[in-house]
Formats: sequence, C-alpha cells, structure tokens
Amino acid sequence: MMNTGNLKVTTPSDTEILMTRVFDAPRALVWEAMSSPDLIKRWLLGPPGWTMVLCEGDTRVGGKFHWSWRGPDGAELSMKGEYKEVNPPERCVRTEAFSFGPDSPIGEQLVTMVLKEENGKTNLILTLLYDSKEARDGAISSGMEHGVASSYDRLAELLSSGGARGDSQAGAR
Amino acid sequence: MTPSDRLNATFVALADPTRRAILSRLASGEASVTELAEPFSMSQPAISKHLKVLERAGLISRRRDAQRRPCRLEAAPLAEANGWLEGYRQHWEISFQRLDAVLDELKTQQKKRARTKR
Repeated sequence: MMNTGNLKVTTPSDTEILMTRVFDAPRALVWEAMSSPDLIKRWLLGPPGWTMVLCEGDTRVGGKFHWSWRGPDGAELSMKGEYKEVNPPERCVRTEAFSFGPDSPIGEQLVTMVLKEENGKTNLILTLLYDSKEARDGAISSGMEHGVASSYDRLAELLSSGGARGDSQAGAR
Repeated sequence: MTPSDRLNATFVALADPTRRAILSRLASGEASVTELAEPFSMSQPAISKHLKVLERAGLISRRRDAQRRPCRLEAAPLAEANGWLEGYRQHWEISFQRLDAVLDELKTQQKKRARTKR
C-alpha cells in the first residue's frame, strides 16, 4: 500500500512554489496529521540525519507555531509562524519564517493549504508565496542540497520499513 | 550568466507551449527552421523568434551549415532545471511518505473505534 510518490512541484510564478499530492485517507485525517503537533513531529523530521526537537502549535486564527530541528553537527534550524485562516478540514493559511541557529529569520512566506476529498482520498494543494524570486529560489536550492545528497538512501530505508508495515497490516485484516 | 539567471532563462523558454513542442521535436533529431515550422500554423519568422529564445537559454544550438542552419537540442540546462525542482520535490516526498504511514495508522485506529462502538 505504499504511495509511490505522486508529489508534483511546480513554480506557477516567480515568487511561488505549488505542491500537489494525493493521500490515501479522508481529509479529516490529513487535516489532523497536518495540524496536531503530536502527529506533525512524527513525519516532519527535516533532512536526513536531522531530528525534530521542538514541535508546538496552536491551530487557531492568531495562534502561533514553533518547529525546530537539530542537525548531526549541532546546527539548529527553526520555523515559526502564525495561523491567519483556519477552516478545518479544508483550508488553512499561515505565515512561515525560517531561521538558522540564533540568527534572525530569513524572510517570511505565506503558505496556503487546501484539502479536497474525492472517493476517500485527499488532494493536498499547498501554495508557498515568497517575498521575492530570490527568496523562492533560495528555498528550492536548500531543498535540493538536502534532498539529493542522501535522500536515495533514506528513501530505500523508508520503502523497506514501510513495506514491511503494510504487509503485517494486510495480514492482520 | 549566473546559475540563477541561466535557470531563469530556461524557465522563460519552457513557459511557452510552442517552444516546448519544438524541443520535443528536436529530441528526436536535428531539424531545419522549415522543418520545425511545418507542424505549426506559424510563419518562419515567428518560429525563428522562438528559436532565438531557446538559443539564448542554451536549450538549442544551431550549426553554421551555410544553407540549413539545423537546430539541435542541448540537454544540460534542461537537466539542471529538472534537478533543481527534483531535489526539492524529493525532500518533501520523503516527509510525505512518512505522513502516509501516519495516516495509515490513523485510519486503522478509526476503524477499530468504529468497531468498538457497534
């Protein structure tokens, strides 16, 4: 039952990144997994080798969230933001600002998440709007460094463990 | 050109459907402007304009063959553009695959709860 990776990433304008992905679950569950800190910390682990050390959030309009990760060499990366629009289980708009260690945040992006349900599956439409093209390009480039370097290993790891879990579940049913 | 300028030129060039069609035609081999203009209801000067954009982005090159000046596809900038988004995509796909596993678990819990209620 592993999802084979249907994530699509495009750049509809100079300052945006658009991601779409289908999840094999009703949108109420996807909403929960995307907003509850207890669940977020189980999947938003950051780049390979990094651990999530802080995951707090208040999913209400005006509520704030703070996520933070630590790298193998002690580097720290954190993301803070505020929920601007919360309309479960359909739409959520929040600000996001990344910072490295004690440095002040590098710009701020506006993230709009829309969930659409169809036949028990959920379409995620995530739009990230940056202040400038440079900021947008910088975000993509940092993803590239983290993504390409060791993601194949991590992916193989995940596929084997995920596959095993899928099998045992199928057996139990 | 800086890497960012080059990528920008690549994306501008790829933003147009005619130019993408020209590239896919060139993927199967060299072609002259006349040959490229054929499938489109466009004049040769119009096609030439598209070719100039593609050439500036480094996506095609044109041989100095006196009469024909055939165009050919240059793969490197395309690979760079793909790789650029692909790395970012992979980065997120890894997280989303973990999210798939969390969702599977939530679905199982929900089913169990539904069974106990009955």
